[in-house]
Amino acid sequence: MADTLPAAHAHADAHHATSTGISNEKMAMWAFLASDCLLFGALISTYILYRHKAVAGPTPHSLYDIPFTSVSSFVLLMSSLSMALAVAAIQRGDERRLRVWLSTTALLGSVFIGGQIYEFTSFIRRGMTIKTNVTSGAFFVLTGFHGVHVTLGILMLLSLVSLSIRGKIPQAKAEVVEIAGLYWHFVDIVWIIIFTVIYLIP
Amino acid sequence: MAATATPALEAGPLIRIPRFMKRPKNTDGLVGWLTTIDHKRIGILYGVTAFIFFLVGGIEALLIRLQLATPNGKILTAQVYNQVFTMHGTTMVFLVIMPMSAAFFNYLVPLQIGARDVAFPRLNAFSYWMFLLGGLFLYSSMLLGGMPNGGWFGYAPNTSITYSPGHNIDFWVFGILLLGIGSTASAANLIVTTINMRAPGMRLLRMPIFSWMSLVANFLLLFALPVITIALFLLMFDRQWGTHFFDPLAGGDPVLWQQLFWIFGHPEVYILILPAMGIVSEIMPVFARKPLFGYPVMVFSGIAIGFMGWGVWVHHMFAVGLGPVATAAFSVSTMLIAVPTGVKIFNWLGTMWGGSLRFKTPMLFAIGFVVMFTIGGLSGVTHALVPADRQQTDTYYIVAHFHYVLFGGSILGLFGGIYYWYPKIFGRQLNDTLGKWHFWVMLTGFNLTFGPFHILGLQGMPRRIYTYASNMGWNVLNMISTIGAFIIALGVLIFMYNVWQTHRAGVAAADDPWDARTLEWITPNPTPAYNYLEVPVVTHQDDFWHQKYTEDETGRLVRVADGATLVQRRATPEDHIHLPSPSYWPLVAAFGAPIIAYGQVYKMYAISAVGVLVLLTGLYAWAVEPSTEPPDPEDEVHEAPALPSGTAAAAELAGVAGAVGSGGASGGGEPALPAGEAFTPAEDADD
Repeated sequence: MADTLPAAHAHADAHHATSTGISNEKMAMWAFLASDCLLFGALISTYILYRHKAVAGPTPHSLYDIPFTSVSSFVLLMSSLSMALAVAAIQRGDERRLRVWLSTTALLGSVFIGGQIYEFTSFIRRGMTIKTNVTSGAFFVLTGFHGVHVTLGILMLLSLVSLSIRGKIPQAKAEVVEIAGLYWHFVDIVWIIIFTVIYLIP
Repeated sequence: MAATATPALEAGPLIRIPRFMKRPKNTDGLVGWLTTIDHKRIGILYGVTAFIFFLVGGIEALLIRLQLATPNGKILTAQVYNQVFTMHGTTMVFLVIMPMSAAFFNYLVPLQIGARDVAFPRLNAFSYWMFLLGGLFLYSSMLLGGMPNGGWFGYAPNTSITYSPGHNIDFWVFGILLLGIGSTASAANLIVTTINMRAPGMRLLRMPIFSWMSLVANFLLLFALPVITIALFLLMFDRQWGTHFFDPLAGGDPVLWQQLFWIFGHPEVYILILPAMGIVSEIMPVFARKPLFGYPVMVFSGIAIGFMGWGVWVHHMFAVGLGPVATAAFSVSTMLIAVPTGVKIFNWLGTMWGGSLRFKTPMLFAIGFVVMFTIGGLSGVTHALVPADRQQTDTYYIVAHFHYVLFGGSILGLFGGIYYWYPKIFGRQLNDTLGKWHFWVMLTGFNLTFGPFHILGLQGMPRRIYTYASNMGWNVLNMISTIGAFIIALGVLIFMYNVWQTHRAGVAAADDPWDARTLEWITPNPTPAYNYLEVPVVTHQDDFWHQKYTEDETGRLVRVADGATLVQRRATPEDHIHLPSPSYWPLVAAFGAPIIAYGQVYKMYAISAVGVLVLLTGLYAWAVEPSTEPPDPEDEVHEAPALPSGTAAAAELAGVAGAVGSGGASGGGEPALPAGEAFTPAEDADD
């Protein structure tokens, strides 16, 4: 977020060609995502290590509702489609559809976050908090960290919508949307791994 | 100063900027330094701040040595001793060697690759403020109930709330997190700068070796810091929110901390040494008057160290008992990483061999680096032998080893860099005689201090003990070591006197004072704000040297130009050089971070909320203010205003196709920028 917001207006620096032809902003986003991989990697490793180490209390395995989370995962994956449509729209210069698809993406992301909040409260009500055992701790920290990423992504999308309403994202600035899309797709791909590790591997 | 009074064009509708926060236009004085986004000033800020922390860490070292000078020392209590050695390690790693290296990255990399600034100048300023505020946050613990006391490695569960109640460790956790954010941002910034902002013709394999080592070190930072961030994050949850990640009673695994810490910690070792290796590789060819021996091999061995550095971390954990397979594998990988390191040492020797050596101060430090680092490297290889390592673990032998690589290596290399680039940075030449005194005094003190540690360690003196009995046979060597530590301090005082004397009465440095080889010396000393009046077109590795020398038919070296005549003239107001505009917002945004951290430490979440607000305000205002103010129409009648970003996307689209073909090698066909492309007026000229 901190990297992308300034990027939206840093083009004055970048309007001459770069050594690689890739803009500085886009390369910075790739660097940030590469770094982010290691953040998630360390958290996912921690979860795998602690999957079966609980000594007391319920674990995610005994409480989760796979069909429910599958649906919310599907919603999140569909948001990648709408994000791609948003990028395609602004590359064509269609600012109205850009806003439609950005808003759709933000909405789908919010549905996912809503599902996560529901899941968290249901777990807590059934006696599994972050303090219950090492598995629950690893679960909440990993999925919560991902949820924060999605939330920041939603804020970024809404900022783009508000910029676009004021005409600040013309076709020439399509790359700003594309960079936000890189982030959004990354967060989705990470969720596929998290979903597999937590919900699908027995 | 020519400057624009135009309010931020795009900021208007989004947020109202208070009058006193109007875009700063003055680059002088305190406000100039607080709002600077010039990579050279930020480099100087990094360097000066790191040097002050070096003095603080050095005083802590002297306290440790005073306490251990005699058996049953009474200078420090056990509790205070723990705080002092923890902060000594934390300071020297995170607040001295890393930021001092960052000082050189910031100052030199854009110059060496022929750029006007880094890719994201305001992000660069933000990184510096995060470093400064993170360091002050760590040290504020001294006034708020005691400094961190769990060692720089912070092993959990020793650092968990059960065994370390009180806020000491909380300050450590949040302090390192703050520093990590700044370093990660800086790493990404410098990677993009190095890859993307090279002058025309500056192919990757023409880049000066320091820029290469900087690139490798910044990749290591980018990937290593997230791992310790997660380790600290989990520890924070344990301490603040009652989780059990490192609680063995609840199924937590104490080895998890060690794994995460050392997966970060070993690449970190190369983060600390690679910049110094780069500096030494720049100094040696200049003072041996020969090209760097095996330049491509030097580059690739640096990259090899970068990769292999990820596969050796378990040698910090041989005593844990991870089983024969893991132990054997990491034993072998630890021996293997000595190979690229050894390649570098032989290449330095090859560079000096047959050269006409000039023993100026920077060269002495470079040679000192090679010799001391080799000793440290050899004792390091002994850790690869597991049976030997089991004897050495947690003894002073380890302390000897890492001081030989970090002080004998990194610190000597960095001092060499200070002497070498001082004329470039400050336009003055440090006194060479005093510099030699500094070198020899410090080298003597260093070996007296840390040499005896090898023997003490093999005699069984454990690390981190605050005192020892008089009948252990350690008395004499400990006393020698303490005397050595004060001799090091004398060396540092000589250096400080040299700096003071140089600025009080020193002479201005000539342009190209060392008959140097790399591009940065083609700019006048000290470097003007815009770096290059004309962006250079590079045709050789060591391009500057090739402009000065050529070979005749018989292969003899012929001087064709004097360095001073090749140095670019300084800009006049007619050159209309435009630079990115200064900004308050990186400082404001960074200011929010420690406020959040204080709120977390004391569980006063309202304070954290204020911090979040400050951070978001800073980030948002930063996002909506243009990087470069458009030129003032009165000032710049014949200049086109900064282009709206339309061209950026077009260039990007064209660039995707171009990137495939050029592979970054040809400079992407970038035209040499005439002075005054696209940047705002910030006339620098001669002051």
